[in-house]
Amino acid sequence: MEFAELIKTPRVDNVVLHRPFYPAVEGTLCLTGHHLILSSRQDNTEELWLLHSNIDAIDKRFVGSLGTVIIKCKDFRIIQLDIPGMEECLNIASSIEALSTLDSITLMYPFFYRPMFEVIEDGWHSFLPEQEFKLYSSATSQWRLSYVNKEFAVCPTYPPIVIVPESIDDETLRKVATFRHGGRFPVLSYYHQKSKRVIMRSGQPLTGTNGRRCKEDEKLINATLRAGSRGYIIDTRSLNVAQQARAKGGGFEQEAHYPQWRRIHKSIERYHILQESLIKLVEACNDQTHNMDRWLSKLEASNWLTHIKEILTAACLVAQCIDREEASVLIHGTEGTDSTLQVTSLAQIILEPRSRTIRGFEALIEREWLQAGHPFQQRCAQSAYCNTKQKWEAPVFLLFLDCVWQILRQFPCSFEFNENFLIMLFEHAYASQFGTFLGNSESERCKLKLQQKTMSLWSWVNQPSKLSKYTNPLFEANNLVIWPSVAPQSLLLWEGIFLRWNRSSKYLDEAYEEMVNIIEYNKELQAKVNILRRQLAELETEDEMQESP
Amino acid sequence: MEHIRTTKVEQVKLLDRFATNNKSLTGTLYLTATHLLFIDSLQKETWILHHHIASVEKLALTTSGCPLVIQCKNFRIVHFIVPRERDCHDIYNSLLQLSKQAKYEDLYAFSYNPKQNDSERLQGWQLIDLAEEYKRMGVPNSHWELSDANQEYKICETYPRELYVPWTAKKTVIVGSSKFRSKGRFPVLSYYHQDKKAAICRCSQPLSGFSARCMEDERLLEAISKANPVNCYMYVVDTRPKLNAMANRAAGKGYENEDNYSSIRFQFVGIENIHVMRSSLQKLLEVNGTKGLSVNDFYSGLESSGWLRHIKAVMDAAIFLARAIMVENASVLVHCSDGWDRTSQVCSLGSLLLDSYYRTIRGFMVLIEKDWISFGHKFSERCGHLDGDPKEVSPVFTQFLECVWHLTEQFPQAFEFNEAFLLQIHEHIHSCQFGNFLGNCQKEREELKFWRNMYHQFDQTLHPRQSVFNIIMNMNEQNKQLEKDIKDLESKIKQRKNKQTDDILTKELLHSVHPESPTLKTSLCFKEQTRLPVNDSLRTIEGSSPADNRYSEYAEEFSKSEPAVVSLEYGVARMTC
Repeated sequence: MEFAELIKTPRVDNVVLHRPFYPAVEGTLCLTGHHLILSSRQDNTEELWLLHSNIDAIDKRFVGSLGTVIIKCKDFRIIQLDIPGMEECLNIASSIEALSTLDSITLMYPFFYRPMFEVIEDGWHSFLPEQEFKLYSSATSQWRLSYVNKEFAVCPTYPPIVIVPESIDDETLRKVATFRHGGRFPVLSYYHQKSKRVIMRSGQPLTGTNGRRCKEDEKLINATLRAGSRGYIIDTRSLNVAQQARAKGGGFEQEAHYPQWRRIHKSIERYHILQESLIKLVEACNDQTHNMDRWLSKLEASNWLTHIKEILTAACLVAQCIDREEASVLIHGTEGTDSTLQVTSLAQIILEPRSRTIRGFEALIEREWLQAGHPFQQRCAQSAYCNTKQKWEAPVFLLFLDCVWQILRQFPCSFEFNENFLIMLFEHAYASQFGTFLGNSESERCKLKLQQKTMSLWSWVNQPSKLSKYTNPLFEANNLVIWPSVAPQSLLLWEGIFLRWNRSSKYLDEAYEEMVNIIEYNKELQAKVNILRRQLAELETEDEMQESP
Repeated sequence: MEHIRTTKVEQVKLLDRFATNNKSLTGTLYLTATHLLFIDSLQKETWILHHHIASVEKLALTTSGCPLVIQCKNFRIVHFIVPRERDCHDIYNSLLQLSKQAKYEDLYAFSYNPKQNDSERLQGWQLIDLAEEYKRMGVPNSHWELSDANQEYKICETYPRELYVPWTAKKTVIVGSSKFRSKGRFPVLSYYHQDKKAAICRCSQPLSGFSARCMEDERLLEAISKANPVNCYMYVVDTRPKLNAMANRAAGKGYENEDNYSSIRFQFVGIENIHVMRSSLQKLLEVNGTKGLSVNDFYSGLESSGWLRHIKAVMDAAIFLARAIMVENASVLVHCSDGWDRTSQVCSLGSLLLDSYYRTIRGFMVLIEKDWISFGHKFSERCGHLDGDPKEVSPVFTQFLECVWHLTEQFPQAFEFNEAFLLQIHEHIHSCQFGNFLGNCQKEREELKFWRNMYHQFDQTLHPRQSVFNIIMNMNEQNKQLEKDIKDLESKIKQRKNKQTDDILTKELLHSVHPESPTLKTSLCFKEQTRLPVNDSLRTIEGSSPADNRYSEYAEEFSKSEPAVVSLEYGVARMTC
């Protein structure tokens, strides 16, 4: 076993664990290939059971022979272990460091995890593209499934099956792919049944400095428009950035070549700017010493809520185009794997009631994030405590979840899931026993044989016993478009994520429980009233029959 | 009535506060003796009570008419455009005079209380018996007694008649002490903690100057300290910043010298004065009123207004009090300058943290009556009821309510009342049960939030579109109704059954038992009652209907011939807010 080489000291006694909200506890620390376990050996319970992959950074400190290891997790929790003996402490620290930064994906826990529950529905097959397409094909014949990317030859980051306009053949798609960044030719993201308009997404066009054009590309996207109607192209970069991209062979659609389309630039930040924003925000939230003004200015300086506002505004704009303007929209940024997906998926949350249900939301994540090729492995490898700056880190998915939370807060009755569901998704995106968020694209997942070798998150989540924790008791389906407010006064810091380990949620949890109780009690009473009414009606008819035989 | 020259103006436009392209509603403006009323073309009514009006402003004439901006004390801001300047001027003048006309009785109906039944409410307040409240706290007892020193308001005009002081303090001591305190406000009991035998006392600043002493005052403080048998020292909390207190010394006032008083521990907590608070709120409102606000502007505005810093200072002081009593068993004497603003805030919040009774609806009213009204908080001047000195206006009570709101946010189950109650100090609203509130040792975190519902109460689109709280309250009400229904139904069924058995008995005597089964018919005639609707209006989503009039305005935005860069930032923000 390779792990044995990495584990220098598998077991240390008399380790003291400090963690948020609990008193310090002494116990035995064990290191396994994938977990850090601390047990006080009382009642046979483990006080700590931490996945190595959840560890973002560690610090060591020594006072005499007593060593202290501070473990900073990707879910922003900070725990401290006091380990007697300098050598043990150093061994533990270096072992954790090695185990939490394994190079090979196939050594990760999902490949070793064996489920303790019975799989009722295999999550790997819960959201197949064919099934999703059926929802559309009943409403329109303008679109078809294309298998052009079957061997991932046309576009390495697309899934094997994509939805394209009926009138465009696979040969044209291959040509368009050469004109779009990363081969990401325009594909259908969402079909709005009410207005019969669509959201499409793609990579940037490779116009370059000399304004290259591609007739097939123009044909493809024009095929989605009706005669005489106009569409919108939402570029998630500022005009400046888009113009600069031309120097590197990228670019944007020229009005002259796309006369039926109007281009709008909505700048959404990307990459390290987002990562720095997250680092600053988490630092501000963890700082216990500052006063009110420092807190506000740090919150402001993090720019986190500005990013939230930008993303939500862009999503609202897209929803406006579809629902109010009745115009189709094509969205792209540079690669079309980050801000593009934030916007397309949030626009669907606003427009589509189905995506506000638990299954619908899972399908949305499967379709718009996993299949659409958001590079989870690159983006979520490290979190806010990471010291080594890597180019590809960015909390793109967390920002998306935060935006959903903002809408959920404004429309608390319109979502079938609750805040815990979003927090759970955040945790699993960064560290998980399931294979769902491994890999950067479908092709990588196929190569890793995740379907055969790992368990899907959806298999676990969709068990009725698990779902109850994530179900919103206030949910009442509504078919309306929900327009969120994006005013700064309406946007809040997501305490459930960022202050989770600093401020006890005990009182809020109690209030939540009370709310659930009131709702449960209400249901009970209504059932009882119905039974009694029926009884009374029965008795009344009995009486009538006896009176008039 | 003599102030009203024009009672009705037609074709008045009401502007949307956050719209960028002057989107407006047209309607008719009415002026009555008590209210300003605007009815728009959709028959939606906007009522504004005259003495809610904080300021009326006439802006420069525009092509569409004469703009009139009315700012209310409940943070509503309305922007009318009156077509004719003469009408506008008449209304402006009338409002100027009407808004400053409140009588003394309106003192109690402070600005959050806009309903018409002022007199009823007045009675309600008077029902609260403070003697009863002190009895509940456990005074008089062997350490504290009722003093008749201020029976005729002779010693201190701004104090109530009934005052509680340590029994060891003789009248001469009290009189002596009152001469040494600003406005004669000598140390008296505000809250007594029965278990800890510790007290919160309040007074005004001593007239100590740089070196003056007063034996009686020293003796009174000692008596207060001794009245707590558990602890040998007491805290004296000066709620002012140290600099302000020192400046007061030059004017012959100041603060206690620790050397002159045996067994006191002196402490500043640094809450700013009413003028700082007033301008802080002003800044906050300016930020909130900005169109197309960016996130960074909002937070830097929030920060530079200092509003949350001030709120935190008040909270910190209250926590200090609660801690001194719960953890150290020590009595506390609180004062500021005159002992009616910051002292009221801190004493009442401290009591609220310590005593769950004050977190009930009745208790909260008692608390306001005790620490604010009876101890002479100048509601009239602070809220600008009468046409007085604008420098005396200050949001002291607003801050107190906001502090309470922050607590309700953090401990939602600990309060019987809710945000709506705070917003309007309104009618009784049933709330969650009382939780196991541990306010005494809870340290506040820094992350205070912006109280959107207070400062944007009337900007509906900035709110969450569905209120969980209202739904739950509604459900709670419905549960009660259902419980009643069940009782009714059960008794009816019982009656029926009794009747039936009687019938059957009599019938059995006459015929054999009826052969037909009635169930078949029953199932046909019975239609199951569907789930009762939980007041659907609570779940509707404002601004989400396709008929939303904001659409057209957005369409203009789209159809404009525009440069290559299009900023629709405001478009979406406006569409939504």
